[in-house]
Amino acid sequence: MPAGPLLSILIFLPAIGALALLLLRSNDHEWIRRLAFAVSLAEFILSLWWLLRGVPLGSTGYQLEELHPWIALGAHGSLTQTYINYHLGVDGISLFLVILTTFLTVVSILCSWNSIQKRVKEFFIALLLLEVGVVGVFLSVDLFLFFLFWEVMLIPMYLLIGIWGHDRRIYAAVKFILYTMAGSILMLVGILWLYNATGTFDLQSIQQALQNGALVLPRGTETLLFLAFFVAFAIKVPLFPFHTWLPDAHVEAPTAGSVMLAGVLLKMGTYGMIRFCLPLFPDASHRFAPAIAVLAIIGIIYGALVALVQPNLKKLVAYSSVSHLGFVVLGIFAFQVISVQGAVFQMLAHGISTGGLFLLVGMLYDRRHTFEMSQFGGLATPMPRLAAFFLFVALSSLGLPMLNGFVGEFLILLGTYQAHWNWAAWAATGVILSACYLLWSYQRVFFGEITVEKNRTLADVSARERWILVTVAVITLWMGIGSVFITGRTAAASQSVIEQMTRPHRAYDARTPLEATPEVGQQTSGSASAIPKQNSLERPGTR
Amino acid sequence: MPILDHLWIIPLLPLLGSAINGLLGGKWPNKIVNSVALGATGLSFLFALEAIREFFAGGQVLFRKHFFDWISAGAFTAGFDLQMDQLTVVMVLVVTGVGFLIHIYATGYMAHESGYYRFFSYLNLFMFFMLILVLAANYVLLFVGWEGVGLCSYLLIGFYFLKKSASDAGKKAFIVNRIGDFGFMLGMFLLFRTFHTLDFTTLFAAASNPAWGHEAWGQFGTFTIACLLLFMGATGKSAQLPLYVWLPDAMEGPTPVSALIHAATMVTAGVYVVARSHILFVHSETAMVVVAVVGCATAFFAATIGLVQTDIKRVLAYSTVSQLGYMFLACGVGAFSAGIFHLMTHAFFKALLFLAAGSVIHAMGGEQDMRKMGGLSEKIKYTYRTMLIATLAIAGIPPLAGFFSKDAILLSAFQITGGHPLYAIGLLTALLTSFYMFRLIFLTFYGKPRYDEHHVHVHESPWSMLGPLVVLAVLSVIGGWIAAPALWGGPDYFTSFLAPVFASAQGAEAVNEAAAHQLEIILAIVAVTSALIGLGVAYWLYVRQPGKPEQIAKSMRPVYNTILNKYYVDEFYAAVIIKPLMWISTNVLWKFVDVAAIDGTVNGIASGATSIGDTVRHTQSGNTRSYAVWVVIGALVVIAVIFFWPASRPVIGMVR
Repeated sequence: MPAGPLLSILIFLPAIGALALLLLRSNDHEWIRRLAFAVSLAEFILSLWWLLRGVPLGSTGYQLEELHPWIALGAHGSLTQTYINYHLGVDGISLFLVILTTFLTVVSILCSWNSIQKRVKEFFIALLLLEVGVVGVFLSVDLFLFFLFWEVMLIPMYLLIGIWGHDRRIYAAVKFILYTMAGSILMLVGILWLYNATGTFDLQSIQQALQNGALVLPRGTETLLFLAFFVAFAIKVPLFPFHTWLPDAHVEAPTAGSVMLAGVLLKMGTYGMIRFCLPLFPDASHRFAPAIAVLAIIGIIYGALVALVQPNLKKLVAYSSVSHLGFVVLGIFAFQVISVQGAVFQMLAHGISTGGLFLLVGMLYDRRHTFEMSQFGGLATPMPRLAAFFLFVALSSLGLPMLNGFVGEFLILLGTYQAHWNWAAWAATGVILSACYLLWSYQRVFFGEITVEKNRTLADVSARERWILVTVAVITLWMGIGSVFITGRTAAASQSVIEQMTRPHRAYDARTPLEATPEVGQQTSGSASAIPKQNSLERPGTR
Repeated sequence: MPILDHLWIIPLLPLLGSAINGLLGGKWPNKIVNSVALGATGLSFLFALEAIREFFAGGQVLFRKHFFDWISAGAFTAGFDLQMDQLTVVMVLVVTGVGFLIHIYATGYMAHESGYYRFFSYLNLFMFFMLILVLAANYVLLFVGWEGVGLCSYLLIGFYFLKKSASDAGKKAFIVNRIGDFGFMLGMFLLFRTFHTLDFTTLFAAASNPAWGHEAWGQFGTFTIACLLLFMGATGKSAQLPLYVWLPDAMEGPTPVSALIHAATMVTAGVYVVARSHILFVHSETAMVVVAVVGCATAFFAATIGLVQTDIKRVLAYSTVSQLGYMFLACGVGAFSAGIFHLMTHAFFKALLFLAAGSVIHAMGGEQDMRKMGGLSEKIKYTYRTMLIATLAIAGIPPLAGFFSKDAILLSAFQITGGHPLYAIGLLTALLTSFYMFRLIFLTFYGKPRYDEHHVHVHESPWSMLGPLVVLAVLSVIGGWIAAPALWGGPDYFTSFLAPVFASAQGAEAVNEAAAHQLEIILAIVAVTSALIGLGVAYWLYVRQPGKPEQIAKSMRPVYNTILNKYYVDEFYAAVIIKPLMWISTNVLWKFVDVAAIDGTVNGIASGATSIGDTVRHTQSGNTRSYAVWVVIGALVVIAVIFFWPASRPVIGMVR
């Protein structure tokens, strides 16, 4: 295991790859693809190797930390001078999300091999820059840095939809970016407020300040801050009723864009909830949990029902994401270790299986240039292999035991049931509905006699496609059987998320001694934990 | 190498077979596909036998082994744990034994079908999941098998996927099963909340703890709810009211599938789960009553539909639903071993009936309508004789297998307090059963041929198909003899074999041995008489007076039509659930909420912003004088704010 700034390398390796791509001639498509593929593959292998080795089983707190003062704030040399830190770290929750990102980037590059024919160089540069943004989001432990990457990720995605998308791509791209920006502005306000109160952007320092009572949030302020963060994340997830950008974005995006969007971008929302909303604003989280659970459950049922009646296959998969992500949000806001673990697992499982579904839909599109199910029918006859893969991935998506979808869904529902049986009962209807929309659409696409003459001669999966699909299928199966490999590594982090929520309430009870905060000592951070006292005293809004 | 320590081999072999055939079989000739599939199942059967031998040699103590952790999160763990006890022994023998016979049969039956490798791959996969189901040592692993067999059922019903009716039926089976699974999952969650484990051993031990109070054991206590939720799963899988609708449609699948999955094994999984969870059920009187009533009602209800069906496989399908009802009736009245006994004998004779029906269909070149058969008894002798044996068995004629198991159920129903109505309905159902089964025999094999003898060349099936028929016929005859001594006062070996499993359930055995025995004899005579009446009526209607059924049907047209159309239950579900749901999803949720309300608002804000911008851009006139005015106004506002802002209200963010 090499030493050095491993996480920085992981973040910026794709950027270097993008720079290298710039040097290639624009019409040299083959080498552009090969280079992009090589970079993404190297990134994937490195992320597997370094992160799995770097986060030992059962470890708590951030690993492989990198901390450098970056931007000085305040007058130089004065007492109030603080820094925006360049602070990276990885723990059990972000670990697999990064690996998922690097894996899906490889897949995205492979699936765009032939289907992208215009502005090829720019396309792969955009994909690699997207990877920079997403990996950065998952590895940042500093709010400023987090926000920076959060915004960095938007631009390549906007371009991917807007340039390489389908007919209504501009509308979809603008809608995507406006929705997300609306959320990020709220989050920015929240981040600035926190900085204002604590004098630091460092997540751990802020967390510590909240935990040891250096920073006390009055109820109203906490509510506003919580909402500022939560809405940004809820739009990204997307939680009902913030979801309408998603179907448009998915339908218009090229396959690679959809894979990345569904596979990892949506998870940034749920990741943010786990990373920021719960530990920073536990009381507000508790207060809003019932309302959020209702929205999540509406999302589960609503997404499934709307998916059921979609005539457009890609839109169907998009709405199914709304439904599946509803499970994740529900699991997070049930505040049970089991359900949070399930939520983390479901994020990964959904990335693989919905990513896989988008791949397959994209392969159909490559052949027929349509997503309308009425144009398909009987496709199992000309393309039995593709039909088999589709069924396999659909089964994982509908949560068949021994495939990956089951583990997450089951843990979420099981955990949720322990605290709120009625939430779980409502959410579990999604299990029935997912079978309905997936099997019904599968029947309409693949079963029966061929109805459109053009479909009779469609080619089955090519060698390249087959290798992508086999990999996806193997991972699906492995995650379904060997889930302990993942849950074992996410366990400690999930546990500590729940523990951080039970913070001693000195804010409302001054008699509680400060020593009653066992968590504080456990922070492994080497970061500047000294919170300028005057900040917390001069905290705005207190009277 | 003791097999018991490596129980995983038993399910793994069919899985391997399935994978090999599924991945590579496409290019192979049928013979190789055959040998892989049969080898996997046959070996699995042999390993099962050896494991069972070791189980007996070890003194029949519950064997349980943990292989690896499958799911683990927080306080929850589900291991890949397999177990073997007396109940498992019965189930494993039925699954592997009958399964192997049906595999052999299928090699003949499917010989001319395309997708041969696909069929055997699915069939082996089914064996894998079914074995997981019966060997699992916790509810979660059981659920793997539970959902997995549902998947295989989906795949095999829809095997002829070019036919819309077949893929519809497969989809329906899966979705209806999922509705049941919804209940099953909630049941597991509740059990975990109550017991903090889903392992059979620990959970049942905890459940037997007498410390549970009224809250748990009461009429609507935790146990009742948990049991009813589990039972909801069972009604889906075992096709009971109100979730039975998928099973008759499942007959779209190839006939060996109907025999293996939709008669002998998978559909009995619900009964198995109830029997496996009997410790929970016996602690909840409400749940037991519900199980008994649902079982009894289903038995009768399905039998009435069976009376008028004309498709040979549909008659058998409704008969299966009805017989499964008997098994639940047995469980509901606390006679779990009688239920399992009937499960076993039913597996023999119902598998035989289906396979024989398949042989008939094969002989008729694909015809399934009994109105177009007739007079086949001489032409396909072996099929006729074996099917007759199975019919005698299911009708409950002594000394065939069905007689003993059905008798045990009716006796138990009679004996419990308040059980007389259940007994009466059960008896009436037995009469109906005998009637519709002999109606099937007479329509198919007796009378004059009603098919075009020039076009249909009736031929006996090959020995690969007849062999399994003969073996199953033998089992249908002798399968019940193990319980026979009970009839003349001896021990019931089957019940006493299962006694260790059901020990806690069989607390209240008959007090007066002699009186009970006398009662048993009387009830047996009554049951046989009713079966003979059914036989007699069928003979009179379909052999003596072949025009009569038509007349009767005509005279009771509305009733007849209602039953012929299966009480319009499917139509009712479509009108009340499916159509409204689709309409609401399309018009309210999608077109109204999504497109009009949410997107309308968002787009409205966007166009609002555009028009505001459009309005205020006129201030950017390029006119220097108007800019000067704006500057002055702005300055005045700023000054006003600085002077007049109340000092007690600092502007947020300006403190620093």
